Amino acid sequence: MLKIHNLHVKLEEEDKQILNGLSLEVPAGQVHAIMGPNGSGKSTLSYVLSGRDGYVVTEGDATLDGDSLLEMEPEQRAAAGLFLAFQYPVEIPGVGNMTFLRTAVNAQRKARGEDEMSSGEFLKAVREKAKDLQIDAEMLKRPMNVGFSGGEKKRNEILQMAMLAPRMCIMDETDSGLDVDAMRLVSDGVNALRSPDRSFLVITHYQRLLNHIQPDVVHIMSNGRIVKSGGPELALQVEEEGYGDLLAEAG
Amino acid sequence: MNEIAVQTKDVTPQAGAAPARAAEGLQARLDATDLPQGGFTAAARREALDRLRQMGLPAPRDEYWRYTDPRPFNAPVPQPIAIEERAPDSPLFATLDRLTLVFVDGRFDADASDPLALEGIEIATLAQADAAEDHWAAGLYGVLEAAGQRPVARPFAALNTAAARDGVLIRVTGRPTRPVHIMHRRATAEADVVWHHVLRLEPGAELTLLETGMVGARSNGVVEADLARGAKLHHITAKRAGHQKLGLSHIFARVDAEAQLKCFNLSVNGTLMRHEGVIDIVGDDASAHIAAAVLGDGRVGAFHHDDTVFITHGAERGESRQVFKKVLKNGAEGVFQGKILVKPGAQKTDGYQISQALLLDEASQFLAKPELEIYADDVKCSHGSTTGALDEDAMFYLRSRGVPKDRAIVFLVLSFLADALDEIEDEVLRGEISDRLEAWLTRRAAK
Repeated sequence: MLKIHNLHVKLEEEDKQILNGLSLEVPAGQVHAIMGPNGSGKSTLSYVLSGRDGYVVTEGDATLDGDSLLEMEPEQRAAAGLFLAFQYPVEIPGVGNMTFLRTAVNAQRKARGEDEMSSGEFLKAVREKAKDLQIDAEMLKRPMNVGFSGGEKKRNEILQMAMLAPRMCIMDETDSGLDVDAMRLVSDGVNALRSPDRSFLVITHYQRLLNHIQPDVVHIMSNGRIVKSGGPELALQVEEEGYGDLLAEAG
Repeated sequence: MNEIAVQTKDVTPQAGAAPARAAEGLQARLDATDLPQGGFTAAARREALDRLRQMGLPAPRDEYWRYTDPRPFNAPVPQPIAIEERAPDSPLFATLDRLTLVFVDGRFDADASDPLALEGIEIATLAQADAAEDHWAAGLYGVLEAAGQRPVARPFAALNTAAARDGVLIRVTGRPTRPVHIMHRRATAEADVVWHHVLRLEPGAELTLLETGMVGARSNGVVEADLARGAKLHHITAKRAGHQKLGLSHIFARVDAEAQLKCFNLSVNGTLMRHEGVIDIVGDDASAHIAAAVLGDGRVGAFHHDDTVFITHGAERGESRQVFKKVLKNGAEGVFQGKILVKPGAQKTDGYQISQALLLDEASQFLAKPELEIYADDVKCSHGSTTGALDEDAMFYLRSRGVPKDRAIVFLVLSFLADALDEIEDEVLRGEISDRLEAWLTRRAAK
């Protein structure tokens, strides 16, 4: 599904290297977690994959089902099936949550040459999915993320993910700012989306989220590279021991 | 020493010539202008002409005209502008239940209009009423305009009072169930349109007045609105796209105790536009809001849009809001001059003013001059002005969800304008304006 090979990335505005030959492969149907200390380049990886401005790829490639992502515009990557759940979802006053979501769903369908969703179909689908995430009608009507609590914003991200039905979901510290109940709701939402042809890359600081969303593989990232990969037990080890020994061991 | 003497000699005759030239300019302007004698307005017209002669037409160096060139308005006649093909939009508010009044090149067209009857209001056209010597509007026509000439002279408003031949005179005594909709249409390419409305809202009366369409190659409009205690006026204007005209307008409002005034203007294009709002809060606990959403695209033709507002708080616990938002691209220019004057004794005044420009490229510019002048010690007044580009975080967020760039810009522009649109109280009217904006933006997005 997602293949990242020897990715080198620097900032556009300054001569600062963030990713240093990162390689990673997420097969279809799997959930991979990335953990790592602050400043190791986790968020940068998510931005580079989804096409944010401000980064320069100096070497390497990232492909989704064999197609290079790096030359695509962000909206093309989305239409190709990539989704990034933001750590800090952006508030956009004056734009209704539903209006935006319907536009996004239909823009992706159009880009893929599929029929657009009718207003009725869309409403039905969104209501169903919103209910599972305990998002009420009033919240759907409100301007995008405006006045939402931290938990509401994250639930709204998962709602968008559910509606857009991407094949490759990247979640950037979705657990930050969530209380226990909200984390459960969000995790349930993610787990409901797990399927053999959908993959997840879950970026997190804490093992706790991985209790709810069980990963197949855990990667430890440091200094812009993956330095160690293993099973779920690796996350437990980080939780107990911190990164110190792990990173020393990985050299 | 010698140099100074020479300079003085050079400058003096010029300074002497300027007033003479200005007087000639004004005379040429008046010679080309149709000046009706008037019936009930006769005295007001004569006085307005005297005022105008004293003030003269504005010069580009006048402080109040520093950012907007008055010369095209000073010119005796406008450049003709071909009558447009049908605009791509359907008329605004067409599906609403409303009383429609059609003006063609500034003249009332009775055949195209609804009968002048609506419960709770008395309505006449200026041309019709001015045949008589007596009318309720005699106490207001030119009166609020004259009051609004201090401390800043507004010569074109005086010219308007002297020259206007038509407009509406509305006296509201109740709460009409339908809004009044004035639709302007063009018929001749060279029309230099002057219209003048007088609105009197009796205590507790309410009116929604909509004004849309295209007005002349050049237009000069005045609204005088007198709101008695507890009255409520909602004035919404929207100009059609694709019209390269010169337009000037003034609204002079007097807002008495507990009355509420809400003005909103939507402007999309126009070569040179200036809208002045002159609002006097004269009674306690009154409120006055004035807002505009402006979209300027210099690609269609030169675009310059000036909003100039002067709100005077002369009573206690008054609330005023100025919300001006301009989206500018391809070399479009936006201007905002906004003033809040709080007179001695106008305690507990709450005055707010925001002017913001969203520049979609580096060729466009926005000039803002916010002013506060406060003579009372227990007031809350704030103003802010910002000029910025599209928010890159928001752009990326929208695009990462699959929304194409052009469409994302439309969303962000609508988001930018939202505060101004929120000043339209009625949800249906706000929806119509918002849909119109969205359609216009979507059509233009790629250009």
